[in-house]
Amino acid sequence: MKRVLLVRTAIFLASFCFLGRASIVPSVAQHHEDTVRINQDSAVSEHSSEPKELNVAEVILEHVMDNHIWHITDAIVIPLPVIVYSQEKGFDLFSSTNFFEHHKTVEYQGYKLVGNKILIAETHKEVLDFSVTKNVLMLFINSGILLIILLTVARTYKTRAGKAPNGLQSFIETIILFVQNDIVKPNIGPKYEKFLPYLLTLFFFILFGNLLGLLPGAGNLTGNISVTLVLALITFFITNLNGNKNYWGHIFWTPGVPLPLRIIILPVELIGVFTKPFSLTVRLFVAITAGHIVLLALICLTFIFKSWFVGIGSTVFVTLISLIELLVAGIQAYVFTLFSSLYIGMAVAEHRHDDHH
Amino acid sequence: MELLTPSTGLFFWQLIVFVGLFFVLSKFAWRPMLASLKERETSIQQALDSAEKAKLEMASLKTDNEKLLKETREERDRILREARQAAIAINEQAQAEAKKNADRLIDDAKSVIQVEKQAALRDVREQVALFSLDIAQKLLKKNLASDLAQKALAEEFIKDLKLN
Repeated sequence: MKRVLLVRTAIFLASFCFLGRASIVPSVAQHHEDTVRINQDSAVSEHSSEPKELNVAEVILEHVMDNHIWHITDAIVIPLPVIVYSQEKGFDLFSSTNFFEHHKTVEYQGYKLVGNKILIAETHKEVLDFSVTKNVLMLFINSGILLIILLTVARTYKTRAGKAPNGLQSFIETIILFVQNDIVKPNIGPKYEKFLPYLLTLFFFILFGNLLGLLPGAGNLTGNISVTLVLALITFFITNLNGNKNYWGHIFWTPGVPLPLRIIILPVELIGVFTKPFSLTVRLFVAITAGHIVLLALICLTFIFKSWFVGIGSTVFVTLISLIELLVAGIQAYVFTLFSSLYIGMAVAEHRHDDHH
Repeated sequence: MELLTPSTGLFFWQLIVFVGLFFVLSKFAWRPMLASLKERETSIQQALDSAEKAKLEMASLKTDNEKLLKETREERDRILREARQAAIAINEQAQAEAKKNADRLIDDAKSVIQVEKQAALRDVREQVALFSLDIAQKLLKKNLASDLAQKALAEEFIKDLKLN
């Protein structure tokens, strides 16, 4: 029963991805007004409530970036907890709604919200902000969904031991086998089993994060550079902590290369160690964020031109781009896992140099 | 630009949540899943292997059977052939024996016949001699009954004597 419900939810969410883009349009409209209002408030002071020109960049960035409130529509605004620490004031926990009063940002308990940063009002010094922001909540939701689905499926393996897989199990199993046989095994080699749990977690986290991020109103979790940076750093540490003699030998004293060249290669290889996580960080962040920006820009066209034709046209385009984004969600999860496996594989590979040089 | 700079809070949460997720999933999801996948893989492999083995066994059994059948057939043929030869030999022997017996019997019969024949002939000869004597006696008695006849005979003998 539970399983059926889960599958239905998944299908519902998936179909939402397809259809949902159209329904974001009004929400953007409302949101835009709101954003503009907040901008007015924070920037200049109350001026007037006359309609302002649409600031597309503002609207798009507002959607793509993290936020201390989760603004789905004007009617649905989820207040989020603010957790801050500063040397002067210690820990503080309060609701982010305290910063907003009648569409104005206000100071609260000596803290001030500027853009997305929380400052101490008097000194304008930035505090350590551990707030559960929109993306942190998305992170919890993403992890929660992963836990529910994967633990349910794991239980299925126990209850249906020795039987052919069915339902959600066969869907998840396909992905697991894909990751195992087409990404991890060929790139890491015989020692792949040690790294498989991490890479599976990575793949599913990114895949589900990407897909959830496509939902209207959802936070852009995997398109946030903090998130991709953490994932890339974990891969970086796993790679270098498992690096064997060959791996370090290749970096510090590249075999099979004339001596003067080795000295030139050394810094290049050393930089390479750090460009790997950097490229991982940036690739996922850019791919997902760019997709969202394209979608939002197309939607904004409607509000720039205020025309039926542009509206219909942009809706068609947005639907098509959304389909591509679904593809990108899978591809980016694949690519991140693939490169992580590749880097780990390079670090643990046992090969004789005679074969390669 | 804020979009491009990582934020401490999200970095912190992402690290904690992802690492936690990794440990929970590793222990409670990936381990049982991968274990049963591996188990299934090995069981399928075993099933395939044993099927292959059974096939080979069947094939060897078949060749064994065929060999056995062939051997049996040869054995049968050999036995039949031998039996036939034996029968022929026995037959020939019997025939030869029978012929020998028959020949002996015939020979015996012939010799008996010969003896009997000789005896019979001898008998007949004696009888004939007796009959002849009888007849001659009777004839002589009749012809020489009168004195005249005896005189004529005597004269004839004398005549013959004279001639000589």
